[in-house]
Amino acid sequence: MKTPPITHSRIVAIGEHRPAATLSNDDLAARGVDTSDEWIRTRTGIQRRHIAGPDETVISMGADAAAKALANAGLSGNDIDLVVLATCSIARPIPGGSARIASGIGAAGVGAFDVNAACGGFCYALSVASDAIRVGNAQRAVVIGSEKLTDFIDWPDRGTSILFGDGAAAVVVERSDEPGVGPVAWGSDGDNFATVCIPDGDWAIRMDGPAVFRWATTKMAPVAARACELAGVELSDLAAFVPHQANVRIIDAMVRALKLPDSVVVARDIATTGNTSAASVPLALASLVNAGTVASGELALLLAFGAGLTYAGQVVRVP
Amino acid sequence: MSQEEILAELAQIVNEIAGVPVGDITPEKSFLDDLDVDSLSMVEIATAAEDKWGIRIPDDDLKNLKTVGDAVNYIAKAGVAA
Repeated sequence: MKTPPITHSRIVAIGEHRPAATLSNDDLAARGVDTSDEWIRTRTGIQRRHIAGPDETVISMGADAAAKALANAGLSGNDIDLVVLATCSIARPIPGGSARIASGIGAAGVGAFDVNAACGGFCYALSVASDAIRVGNAQRAVVIGSEKLTDFIDWPDRGTSILFGDGAAAVVVERSDEPGVGPVAWGSDGDNFATVCIPDGDWAIRMDGPAVFRWATTKMAPVAARACELAGVELSDLAAFVPHQANVRIIDAMVRALKLPDSVVVARDIATTGNTSAASVPLALASLVNAGTVASGELALLLAFGAGLTYAGQVVRVP
Repeated sequence: MSQEEILAELAQIVNEIAGVPVGDITPEKSFLDDLDVDSLSMVEIATAAEDKWGIRIPDDDLKNLKTVGDAVNYIAKAGVAA
């Protein structure tokens, strides 16, 4: 028996799919949600979110984001041998979406599986795909976060309906001579699963906002610090902090708790995207990359957390 | 620590987190209705109070702290040393 030598991995490209349709805070109020633009902005930092149309699914949006990531890398489906999809909002649990996305992007037959760690999912999926590459189980992978959360939104429930949006983003990960995806800091808290979940007998996401807020604002900064420690990186080495886009006030509280240097750009994609669960971290990273706010090769700290409760974070080099 | 001292310390915390002028923070004021301190700011105030006084304010108890006086009494009863 033999195993190949362990190498490093890196992200080489990113792609995104944002549904064309958007829903502003005023649109929500017009739909009969008991809220206002001012109420939503002050409590969440959200101004609008993208909403998938009837023809846009977790699979179609994920495939589009993956195809764009491949195109941005100058690659095609023939060049990859693993597809990992992070999602918690696929319309039906069987089958998962990864194999259909693989077929859709010209990579039929490759290894494919879904990861459900809800809002924490992308960083889990990235870690697993990165390690598959590092040990030689795959040469090049596409890792996707794709969500159609509006299928699970009860619009009159303003504790959730003002928060969530739809979308997808994907990265291409390949072998590398230098470290490009750091070790993951991950964990879970199943005792508190009920703080954000689809309850028994229900069909929509329900959330105890203050409980989730307390968990995120007190428990996540140490995870971010741990991810940096595992990668041997100081906060001052980072170009960007890309946390899960759940609520701008959670982001602000984490930045304060971390004592993050002003030099580190903080992703606040939530303002125009809302909370897109497993798609939020890669969408927020894509925004920074596309705007030129961070440069290729710079360090970004990713941190995803949410229902489960689950969390995961790692330092990566920006593609 | 007297109730007056707890109030003074709590007012500092509320001021830092929610930007409410210290002078406005008096026992009869409602956090939400009078001071415009929303539920998320209340969570931040609670965690700051937990750190300061070494107490625990569970979410279920936090929801019942409607006024500044409620919070002062809760902190006093939670066993703040004199």
